[in-house]
Amino acid sequence: MNKEFLQHMANGISLGSLYALIAIGYTMVYGILRLINFAHGDIFMLGVYLTFYGITYTSIPWYIVFILASVITGFLGVTLERLAYKPLRGSPRITILISAIGASFLLQNAGVLVFGGRPKAFPTPEVFNKVISIGEISVALVNFIIPIVTLILLVILNFFIQKTRTGMAMRALSKDYEAASLMGIDINNTISITFFIGSFLAAVGGIMWGIKYPQLMPHMGVLPGLKCFIAAVIGGIGSISGAVLGGFILGLGEILLIAFLPSLTGYRDAFAFILLIIILLVKPTGLMGEKIAEKV
Amino acid sequence: MKKNTVFNIILIALVLGILILMNVFLDNYKVTVINLCGIYIILALSMNLINGFTGLFSLGHAGFMAIGAYTVAILTMPVATKEMNFYMKPMVPFLLNLNMPFIFALISGGLMAALFGFLIGAPVLKLTDDYLAIATLGFSEIIRIVIVNLQSITNGSLGLKGIPKLTINNKPNLLWSWGIAILIIVFMNVLMKGSYGKAFKAIREDEIAARSMGINLFKHKVLSFTIGSFLAGIGGGLLATSLGTIDPTQFKFALTFNILLMVVLGGMGNINGNVVSAIVITIAMEALRFLDEPINLGFTVTSALPGLRMVVFSLILMLVVIFKKDGFVKNTLEKVRGKYAKN
Repeated sequence: MNKEFLQHMANGISLGSLYALIAIGYTMVYGILRLINFAHGDIFMLGVYLTFYGITYTSIPWYIVFILASVITGFLGVTLERLAYKPLRGSPRITILISAIGASFLLQNAGVLVFGGRPKAFPTPEVFNKVISIGEISVALVNFIIPIVTLILLVILNFFIQKTRTGMAMRALSKDYEAASLMGIDINNTISITFFIGSFLAAVGGIMWGIKYPQLMPHMGVLPGLKCFIAAVIGGIGSISGAVLGGFILGLGEILLIAFLPSLTGYRDAFAFILLIIILLVKPTGLMGEKIAEKV
Repeated sequence: MKKNTVFNIILIALVLGILILMNVFLDNYKVTVINLCGIYIILALSMNLINGFTGLFSLGHAGFMAIGAYTVAILTMPVATKEMNFYMKPMVPFLLNLNMPFIFALISGGLMAALFGFLIGAPVLKLTDDYLAIATLGFSEIIRIVIVNLQSITNGSLGLKGIPKLTINNKPNLLWSWGIAILIIVFMNVLMKGSYGKAFKAIREDEIAARSMGINLFKHKVLSFTIGSFLAGIGGGLLATSLGTIDPTQFKFALTFNILLMVVLGGMGNINGNVVSAIVITIAMEALRFLDEPINLGFTVTSALPGLRMVVFSLILMLVVIFKKDGFVKNTLEKVRGKYAKN
């Protein structure tokens, strides 16, 4: 265990935590609606920009901006669902997917229009830049905070899903949509809450992403979005623990790939896609997904 | 039937005549846009074959276009131009000296795309719906990333400049793109009327029913995907010659999105609708360029608004999908036909 390896591990774990947070949004929505929410990556982008404007143009303390921006992004996710997906409920899946792709392009280009196409620098609060060292490794504080925040949010989410009535409704809906709706579950409400949680987590992930990689662009959500969807598929789409596992596999794999095979750095972004295709061909249900028998 | 054939031949001759007249009388910019229309017809039809007729939701179009475009560019560029392009890293000598007439290069581009379509399709087409969409999207990104990294073959992110254009009187020669587009329209009509086309549609409607009727699902899916990739490669090759320069950033997902827009607006699985929507959207994309620039509202001039044009197009796509679930142009065409046709 040399020093360099540990440093890469720390980096990989924090990237993996970010992927995990964003992947949860994909997996929860897919579990209930069987829809790839293509615009999820752009919701993530909106969260980062909201934080940027909150910190740069208001005098609100940064920690309150973080919370406000995450909550507002959550509501934006709900609005997206109401406008773009709800009218199409019950249509063929491909139709909804096209609407999702349209929504994604709409948000990106609206981002170019409103925020401007030039990259902006994320106003990272000073605290996060502190470098702390544990034993031999010295890493920026943010790399420690990211996994801790992720862990806390995961514990809360797990409690919510397992112990509350709404969480139970979500589980029921993803198990059997029709039967659950016949049992008197308020579908619209549950779906809205699902989108809220997913977008909220994406925004939290986005803010920490901004601290780690402080460059903002309207298209910044595309690649992380795709990768996190891949993470969700690797772990088994529909399963929250699967999404977390997939996020970590992807984040660690990516960092270790460029750390130990620097000649493949150019193929960094291809890594996720190759992993996706292998998983889909070998075990289409993902590592932790349940096998669903097709009814004729 | 026979009457119909005669009518179609007259129609094609008429279109060709109009194209020649446009080639002679319109200015360079307009001819370039009309040329693009022809290319986008090919691209829309190739995606329509896969997504519309066979019901395989593939999002990998940009990748196959990139393969076609790069093949055509490498095969048609003169040696001197290639040497000028590859100043960072010299080109592989075998490819450097390879050169052939445009038509063979174009066919090679199509075949190359078809080969990759076959290799990718064979394993991936076992997947359905959105899994297929994301896997094909992944492959198209992988193709793009490989193109960026294979610097001694593709010149990496620098792209290729100085691809020979097909011109007549210093204007793009419309007969190439539109001639091929018309050939492909005829081909698609013949294909879809035949047994293969019926099998494709059967797969789209209900895979299980099609299989129990004795249709070999795998064979037909791969066939449709490979033909679609071939046509995408041809379209990509024509795009490369008409633009004169290509680089990997052109072949991002946004390109697939533009073609998807045409297919959805024209109606999935509707040849005429797609031809119309390809022309309308290509012209609209050009005509609405003013949206990205400062607009004079009379009392005040807005500042430049980059992005507004694509906002408008993505809004149109979403509104069409949400409110007219069956393709906008198809419905409109039917309405017009109902008004003016006798039956």
